[in-house]
Amino acid sequence: MTPALEVIDLAITFRTDRGPFRAVQGVSFAVDPGRTLAIVGESGCGKSATSLAIMGLLPDSARITGSIRLAGQEIAELPPEPRRRLRGPAMAMIFQEPMTSLNPAFTAGEQVAEALRLHRGLSRGKAAAAAVAALEQVHIPEPGRRAAQYPHQLSGGMRQRVMIAIALACRPRLLIADEPTTALDVTVQAQILSLLAELKRETGTATVLITHDLGVVADQADEVVVMYAGQVVERAPAARLFANPEHPYTVGLLGAAPRLTGGRGRLASIEGTVPDLMAPPGGCRFAARCPFAVTLCHLTPPPLRTLAPGHQAACHRAPLSAILGEAA
Amino acid sequence: MSSTLEKLRQAAAPPPEPPPPKVAPRPERDSPGRRALRRFARHRLAMLGLVIVTLFVVVALLAPLVAPYDPIATSWARIRKAPSGAFWFGTDENGRDILSRVIWGARASLMAGVVSVVAAVGLGVPFGLWAGLAGGWVDAVISRVADAMLSVPFLILAIALAAFLGPALENAMLAIAISATPIFVRLARGMALEAKATDWVEAARALGNPPWRTALRHVLPNIVPPLLVQGTLAIAEAIIAEASLSFLGLGQQPPSPSWGSMLNAAQRFLTQAPWMAIYPGLAIFLVVLAFNLVGDGLRDALDPRSDKNK
Repeated sequence: MTPALEVIDLAITFRTDRGPFRAVQGVSFAVDPGRTLAIVGESGCGKSATSLAIMGLLPDSARITGSIRLAGQEIAELPPEPRRRLRGPAMAMIFQEPMTSLNPAFTAGEQVAEALRLHRGLSRGKAAAAAVAALEQVHIPEPGRRAAQYPHQLSGGMRQRVMIAIALACRPRLLIADEPTTALDVTVQAQILSLLAELKRETGTATVLITHDLGVVADQADEVVVMYAGQVVERAPAARLFANPEHPYTVGLLGAAPRLTGGRGRLASIEGTVPDLMAPPGGCRFAARCPFAVTLCHLTPPPLRTLAPGHQAACHRAPLSAILGEAA
Repeated sequence: MSSTLEKLRQAAAPPPEPPPPKVAPRPERDSPGRRALRRFARHRLAMLGLVIVTLFVVVALLAPLVAPYDPIATSWARIRKAPSGAFWFGTDENGRDILSRVIWGARASLMAGVVSVVAAVGLGVPFGLWAGLAGGWVDAVISRVADAMLSVPFLILAIALAAFLGPALENAMLAIAISATPIFVRLARGMALEAKATDWVEAARALGNPPWRTALRHVLPNIVPPLLVQGTLAIAEAIIAEASLSFLGLGQQPPSPSWGSMLNAAQRFLTQAPWMAIYPGLAIFLVVLAFNLVGDGLRDALDPRSDKNK
């Protein structure tokens, strides 16, 4: 099967006053139709830049190398116009901030209808009717009444539902959700996530879920890519990643996530800060913060090694089970 | 212990009947425009301005019906007569009725104000949006041209252009329109830059909107409020500019009446026949004040931050 999205050796460099800023380096992953890939990492690790690169929405100051294939078609090198035509019908995006991602001058219904008119060429009347149906599909109660309301009259969760309705209006093959629940209440988060899962089952859309919330990942993702300082440090099926993390950074992330079970001790935190990408360290980028680092780690960047089928990690010391066993 | 129980009992008691809501429930389709309209309607000075503007517009439209005399009919028998029952505003140096001339002059002034500002908006806003959204060299070229035009005082530029185009009301309007354009270029560019950074414009781009569609369907509706405010205030300025050009003989040509040319004629008789200057001057003052009041009211009504006063 051709993956819905395949990213191979993607690198993104921004031109800045201080020189080139290498935001992303050597990122590769693939998502099959109907599956969800989560990209996890802390702020500034390059996950949003990666998603904008896929959409073709990076500013002019960014340069991309590597390959981005949408259903087998190479799109990284496409000129702006054909690239634009892909946005909407082929790939769509949901943003982090539902409070500000809707146009304040139009009603919810008008904004969904706008997407339908743009890409499906529906008439004004038909698009309005289809918009109400689309709002119903994302479980907005009283869709007819809500369609006539303006964004300021809708709650955050309601707005995110409208955003999802807009994104899915054109049945895209790929949906990129950039922190879709970060700005929402916890109870609303769960509703939005189950909605996304339901729509994915119904439409077979491939989903790239950008998040720093490991709870969301465990719930939603089939596969996980962990990014650190612009690079992929670990890539594994979701269940395996949680059971058997092989990169110290992933171990740290899991330790920093609150759990219902287990002790009531302080959450583990990862000491130190992300290295400056204007002058990245010579060896492993995580070495300075890594409790397992040895001399080799500071000298040579670790390659991404396959440790088990579908499970790769970029760590000299992987598999970690041996070291963790020693420590215990 | 008993006091705690007492508190619990009080808490469990049904709350007193809530007072009936003071304001009527909001209408379903509560568009930003409608809310602004409600705020505007509560703005007393703005409403006063609107009444004055409407009055002048109606009088100008009905000039042939409401003007008591022919505005260009001269008469040697009634030169520079003081205001009286027959001639409410008096007569001028050629014996023409000043009231009739002020009424007909409203046509020239209002038309010059509105037409030139509409033209300036039509010319300036597309260029401003283009500059703001496209950025790069497009922005550099458009902005530098606008800056160059803004570096010359508004009236001086209008006078220079009107003198170049030749004395006529149409040319005066064109000159005023061109002089007022850079303000709208700058305003639209600034608003476009602001909008470009918002999430909803990013979302519009993520939906595959072509650039022109992003500009017209997504950005333009959101910059209408400041354009409306600036446009209204610009009409006031354009009316002064038209009066100034006519005063200098570059606008409305005699014998057609215009407030500016009436003032020019009046200056030679300021001591003998002050009414010749007072009434056209008063008309200019009232109309400009009214447009400014409306503009200020619009600004208060359209600026969401003014909500806290209500």
